[in-house]
Amino acid sequence: MAMSDETMTGGASGSAKAAPVPKGRAAAAGGKSTLGQAVFVILLLGALALPFIFKNFTIFQMTMLMVYAIAILGLNLLTGINGQFSLGHGAFYAVGAYTAAIMMENLGIGYVWTLPVAGILCFVVGFLFGLPALRLEGIYLALATFALAVATPQFLKLTPFEHWTGGVQGIVIIKPDAPFGLDAVLNADQWLYFFTLAVGLFLYWLARNLVRSRTGRALMAIRDNPIAARSMGVNTSVYKATAFGISAMFTGIAGCLGAIVIQFVAPDSFTFALSVAILVGLVIGGVGWLPGALLGAAFIVFIPNVAEEISKGLAGAFYGFFLIAVIYLAPQGAGGLLRALVAKLGR
Amino acid sequence: MNAPMRQAATAGTPVIAVENVTVRFGGIVALDGIEFDIHEGEILGLIGPNGAGKTTLFNCLSRLYTPNDGDIRFNGTSILGEPAHRIAGMGIGRTFQNVASFSNLSVRDNIRVGAHSASRSDPVSDALRLPWVRKGERDIDARVQELIDWLELNEVADLPVSGLPFGTQKRVEMARAMATEPKLLLLDEPAGGLNHDEVEELGKLIKMVRDEKGVTVLLVEHHMALVMSVSDRVVVLNFGRKIAEGTPEEVQKNPEVIAAYLGGDE
Repeated sequence: MAMSDETMTGGASGSAKAAPVPKGRAAAAGGKSTLGQAVFVILLLGALALPFIFKNFTIFQMTMLMVYAIAILGLNLLTGINGQFSLGHGAFYAVGAYTAAIMMENLGIGYVWTLPVAGILCFVVGFLFGLPALRLEGIYLALATFALAVATPQFLKLTPFEHWTGGVQGIVIIKPDAPFGLDAVLNADQWLYFFTLAVGLFLYWLARNLVRSRTGRALMAIRDNPIAARSMGVNTSVYKATAFGISAMFTGIAGCLGAIVIQFVAPDSFTFALSVAILVGLVIGGVGWLPGALLGAAFIVFIPNVAEEISKGLAGAFYGFFLIAVIYLAPQGAGGLLRALVAKLGR
Repeated sequence: MNAPMRQAATAGTPVIAVENVTVRFGGIVALDGIEFDIHEGEILGLIGPNGAGKTTLFNCLSRLYTPNDGDIRFNGTSILGEPAHRIAGMGIGRTFQNVASFSNLSVRDNIRVGAHSASRSDPVSDALRLPWVRKGERDIDARVQELIDWLELNEVADLPVSGLPFGTQKRVEMARAMATEPKLLLLDEPAGGLNHDEVEELGKLIKMVRDEKGVTVLLVEHHMALVMSVSDRVVVLNFGRKIAEGTPEEVQKNPEVIAAYLGGDE
């Protein structure tokens, strides 16, 4: 399975007396992976400069890229790290999105507060879904989560909830302006971009810490050999349900951010196609490799547009072609390909 | 209720007391009233032809199976009420018949997972990397490094387990089991798949575990030479019953044991 030196070994970083990671650089690879650190710094500088170079539409696209990256990161914690499948993460994304919409537009609460609420709510929903899912393995779990994805848009349309959800019409959200007088410098798009970037970095830091911790090792142990994990004292049920909760939390926060950025939620934005898109992003980026989320998100944001530019009528076919091409050329996702290249250049 | 009292009262309480353990699978009696003790600091060999019930008994001890009848006491306390994941924390470590490594993880991380039950953390503190978590990780790392040195795994410590030779993987499993800080170590056919030299190494290792770490060992094994050379006492099963118990010399002379093995798989 795809694993990186940066996110997975912990062996390299943990044992090397892990020099306390400075907060701001937290997402950089630890210990001896200087290449990873260099790439991280360059990416971060690029990300900071981007909103001042490009137009609003590109900024919007890049913001959505980060939103999807967070959603994929969440799925990666479940599938890549803990070995549980989900074809239903669009449902958690939807719960997060509606949490933001309802809190902001119906209750008049500031958008910043919607993130922790969506996170906690989705953790609870994910954990509760994870409990019965304990009995399901592999493709059966995939089917159960598929059912979740298919059912969610229907629930959002139900008449009894219409007062809150807006029914089929959905809810329009007003885009927040930059706070603290920053609105003189940054327009709303730029501000949301930086806000998403900050949230994304923080969540990445959490995910990376988690993977390298006792909890993360327990999750990976369950993925690799559940019976042996249990014999080592890992309470597999609790950890698997918790993994579902944490995963749903990440994806829910992504949905929350996505709703604010798009300024609109409606049931048909959260169909099964969204769940599949998140899964595609995970596989393209590299299952089990956390930074892969960015590459996977880039694929699901940009490749449909590229396909459409090639041919309006055959956009779907070209998208499929790109997908197959990537899987064929990089069976372990972009992460696996990059690491193979680095290994080749390094030797 | 009176278990702790009993434990305190009798210094000679066996580490493990297997009491009248019976396991039935449908109509088949896999274990029939098995009784024996394992004493502190002892290496007990458990042998028997194929289908004798060794693995079934082993799985009872590690709580993967629950006996239909009888009891298993660890230091005087029944373990049958505990879930499987609590067993390591009680002080019973184990290895698996055909290595059950966490194959994508490095050797070091495999051993770190072994330290799971002997350490504490929660997902929130772990995600935030709180100071007490970092201290806990340093403690785990120190313990793990000690085991890596002890079992001479330094060269492969940061490689994924999946690519390592079988014999090395078995040592990793041993290190992982030792990281649970066991008082009793259960070894499930550790010699399986090893060549002659490796079996000899294994014998030394088992003695080291007992002599240097003071761990009591239950060795379930096919390999007669190994069992006879390292065990203090041997228990022999056949068709789910105990047919002999004694020193290796006594057991080897026992006519019932000889009969059980004649024409058997050895």
